[in-house]
Amino acid sequence: MYTQALNSSDGDDRGVEDVARASQFQARIDADERIEPNDWMPAAYRKTLTRQISQHAHSEIVGMLPEGNWITRAPSLRRKAALLAKVQDECGHGLYLYAAAETLGTSREELVDAMLSGKAKYSSIFNYPTLTWADIGTIGWLVDGAAIMNQIPLCRCSYGPYARAMIRVCKEESFHQRQGFEIMVTLCRGTAEQKAMAQNALDRWWWPVLMMFGPPDQVSQHSDTSTKWKIKRFSNDELRQKFIDATVPQAEFLGLTIPDPGMKQNENGNWVHSPIDWDEFKQVLAGNGPCNRDRLAARRKAHEEGAWVREAAAAYAEKRKSRQLAQAAE
Amino acid sequence: MATPNVPLWEVFIRSRNGLAHKHVGSLHAADSTLALQAARDIYTRRGEGLSIWVVPSNAITASDPSEKGMMFEPAESKIYRHPTFYDVPDEVGHM
Repeated sequence: MYTQALNSSDGDDRGVEDVARASQFQARIDADERIEPNDWMPAAYRKTLTRQISQHAHSEIVGMLPEGNWITRAPSLRRKAALLAKVQDECGHGLYLYAAAETLGTSREELVDAMLSGKAKYSSIFNYPTLTWADIGTIGWLVDGAAIMNQIPLCRCSYGPYARAMIRVCKEESFHQRQGFEIMVTLCRGTAEQKAMAQNALDRWWWPVLMMFGPPDQVSQHSDTSTKWKIKRFSNDELRQKFIDATVPQAEFLGLTIPDPGMKQNENGNWVHSPIDWDEFKQVLAGNGPCNRDRLAARRKAHEEGAWVREAAAAYAEKRKSRQLAQAAE
Repeated sequence: MATPNVPLWEVFIRSRNGLAHKHVGSLHAADSTLALQAARDIYTRRGEGLSIWVVPSNAITASDPSEKGMMFEPAESKIYRHPTFYDVPDEVGHM
């Protein structure tokens, strides 16, 4: 479960809306009240949340692909059962989130179509390939670890349905991170080859994972409104720092080297990373990552191949309904 | 072509602890049988429930949030409906 760079808002349109209602709305937010679907809300709040929650949902669904890639090749039945359950959870998380997004007034079908047409974004991290089994361990450990950092504050988001969905998600997420770390521990205690595979996976995933938290605070232009609306509670850099500080000792435990030779600890004990290649991030978001086309093609294929199932289910429901009506009329 | 709409259902689950069915979320399904199966897969992957209800969302009549002031005002002023309103002498002990 994975939000990233989704926390930007679409600006404030109070100027064009009822000023009194907007200030009442802000007062409710300031009093830590939850906003519910039928409550009045500024159009920009609705738009920001619809985009953020639906992109979050798309990320869950697309996130099933890189991991699903290894279900049939998991090294043991135990690993296979766990991975299958994890991928199933990601699907469930996507569905909770779509349901939350829909309460803002956009239909599920519109949301899904926006993803399939490439109009809506999803987390850039899923545009990287899973080349070895160690990637499955690394995704659980780092990608889910980063996602948890991002999602725990979202459990207190001002929009009720989103906060409630995140509570469910966070409860289930901890299993994902732990199963990933267990895979890493096993590989790192294994043969030299297995350990090298773990290091190689960390080398490839480290920087893309740091990018999951979104652009640095100086260039993240829209955070102010999201913070004021209590959609966002911590800045991108704050969350990134928390994640790095939590991860460094774990890597040390595994005996793995974080691929950032310039990283050092400052006087507060925080680990300061070297500059991030934001150009790579922009390229991946723009559709030029290693797997962007594959991911969309896989989603479209699944959607098209499922069309007959949706049609058959709808036809059957229609037939049953008309039979019931006919019987009632007799 | 835009994907056609599938009906929305609200899901209620009764957990092991004997409490009433509780709303847990919603889902889309073509009919009630599929809705029940989907509810099991989406909302009870970790043994969360012993019973599921699915209700078509459009069958629910809800109170209007903009009228909640008027709707719930009558209860606000009736503190005598709570046990703590009444004085019981200390000598009587717990009641």
